[in-house]
Amino acid sequence: MKALEINNLKKTYANGVQALKGIDLEVSEGDFFALLGPNGAGKSTTIGIITSLVKKSGGKVFVYGYDLDTHTVAAKSLIGIVPQEINFSQFESCMEIVVNQGGYYGVTRKLARKRAEKYLRQLGLWEKRNDPSRTLSGGLKRRLMIARALIHEPKLLILDEPTAGVDVELRRSMWQFLKDINRQGTTIVLTTHYLEEAENLCKNIAIIDLGNIIENTSMKYLLSKLNSETFLFDLKVPLEKKPLLPDFNFTVPDTMTIEVEIRRDQNLNELFNAFSKEGIHISSMRNKHNRLEELFIRLLNKNNS
Amino acid sequence: MNRKVYLTAYNTIVIKEVGRFLRIWVQTIIPPAISMSLYFVIFGNLIGPRIGQMSGFTYVEYIAPGLIMMSIINNSYANVVSSFFGAKFQRHIEEMLVAPIPNFVILGGYITGGIARGVAVGIVVTVVALFFTKLHITHHIIVVSIVIMTSILFSLGGIINGIFAKKFDDISIIPTFILTPLIYLGGVFYSIDLLPEFWQSVSRFNPILYMVNAFRYGLLGVSDINIILAFIIIAVFIVILFCISLYLLDTGKGIKN
Repeated sequence: MKALEINNLKKTYANGVQALKGIDLEVSEGDFFALLGPNGAGKSTTIGIITSLVKKSGGKVFVYGYDLDTHTVAAKSLIGIVPQEINFSQFESCMEIVVNQGGYYGVTRKLARKRAEKYLRQLGLWEKRNDPSRTLSGGLKRRLMIARALIHEPKLLILDEPTAGVDVELRRSMWQFLKDINRQGTTIVLTTHYLEEAENLCKNIAIIDLGNIIENTSMKYLLSKLNSETFLFDLKVPLEKKPLLPDFNFTVPDTMTIEVEIRRDQNLNELFNAFSKEGIHISSMRNKHNRLEELFIRLLNKNNS
Repeated sequence: MNRKVYLTAYNTIVIKEVGRFLRIWVQTIIPPAISMSLYFVIFGNLIGPRIGQMSGFTYVEYIAPGLIMMSIINNSYANVVSSFFGAKFQRHIEEMLVAPIPNFVILGGYITGGIARGVAVGIVVTVVALFFTKLHITHHIIVVSIVIMTSILFSLGGIINGIFAKKFDDISIIPTFILTPLIYLGGVFYSIDLLPEFWQSVSRFNPILYMVNAFRYGLLGVSDINIILAFIIIAVFIVILFCISLYLLDTGKGIKN
């Protein structure tokens, strides 16, 4: 079953900007799907159309088989949205915001209060349930939007940059929460600028650029296409001269660091042997870029050229 | 199934809207009571006795229905325009737009909120009026129906203003430049019989004249205009503004990209 199916979706804004040039996308039920792209690529426009906040210029959107144009109520009932920008009343309490959202989806106040307690507790907002939303920190506001999006228990949850501006600890706890609800059966579509986030959470991925989908595949397959990775090695003793590391493409950014690009047909053992021969002692190593980030940049460069 | 969802959504909007103006009652309920007290003191008690009777009633009795109606008009309009524009400005209108509720339900919820505030303020102002004059209702059904219809009409006006408004200044343009002059020239303080014939004819193009006079007829039993015509005019305006509001919401004017 397809949780989301997009056919030939187009959007041209009043100022003539063609944000979407006829994209096709499919998200299977139970998937944790990443929609990535640089700023202005068309991600938020796509999400805006799916959630009925942006009027499309052409194409079709189906949510669990329901046509968004002809079976609007059924399709909308299945979607929960966590938008990029804070969009709740600054004067209402957390509880009011979540319960009212349930009401808009036909959830009775009694049931909505019960569910609100569940999600506010899970997201660490229960103690602040009666506080006006404007008093929450940025991270808590984002969590409140997640609780609000879940109040009608949607089958498809769409998160548009849910962890933007959220500190590392809070981000990781949100990841765990999202993994749990995905495991419980909710299909999730995520857009993010944190490629580590997408790599960590998502099973499948689409990359959008300049209004076109330029890649749409599984995360595993996409990462396997990475032909090389760049590692940074921190040294125990400063280098006195440029080392000899035959077969390896490397640079020396400073006397305490060596940057090496390792192709898929090479391995780290060979590199460490070369280091030993040169009398180089390594204290630590790390990836220069996140793997997905590396691929992402290459794909965008390829598309733009 | 859908009907149940719509009803729950409608109830939610109404609870939210009523809760909003009750939460800020010092800004929404008290000011009309104070300003109407001043009207009654100045025009009713100080100037009124010098004017004498109007259509067989003391001046304060004569202006009381108009002042109550003025409060209802201003407050039903103000409630919807400020709430709708606030929702648009803070973007929480999106909470409703993403939900499976049709626009007529959203419209109905906001209108009911406008009626609730119009009626609440109308009751408070009536209580204030009772300190200055005796009021008795001559035609109950006319009083109730004209209050509700007028509130609906100006709530719709508030929605349309809220849709077009781009900044907070825009929501005070219509009340200041259109609503207030029309109310003051709508027979709140005088009978149009006092005007020269030409200005009487001009006044008949003012829709608020019909609301004020229909309400006055409901309370005092006197009117400058035909009551049936008043109901027809208000009903026609409601239908027109409802269709415009629904069209604007359906096309996403000012709220969707």
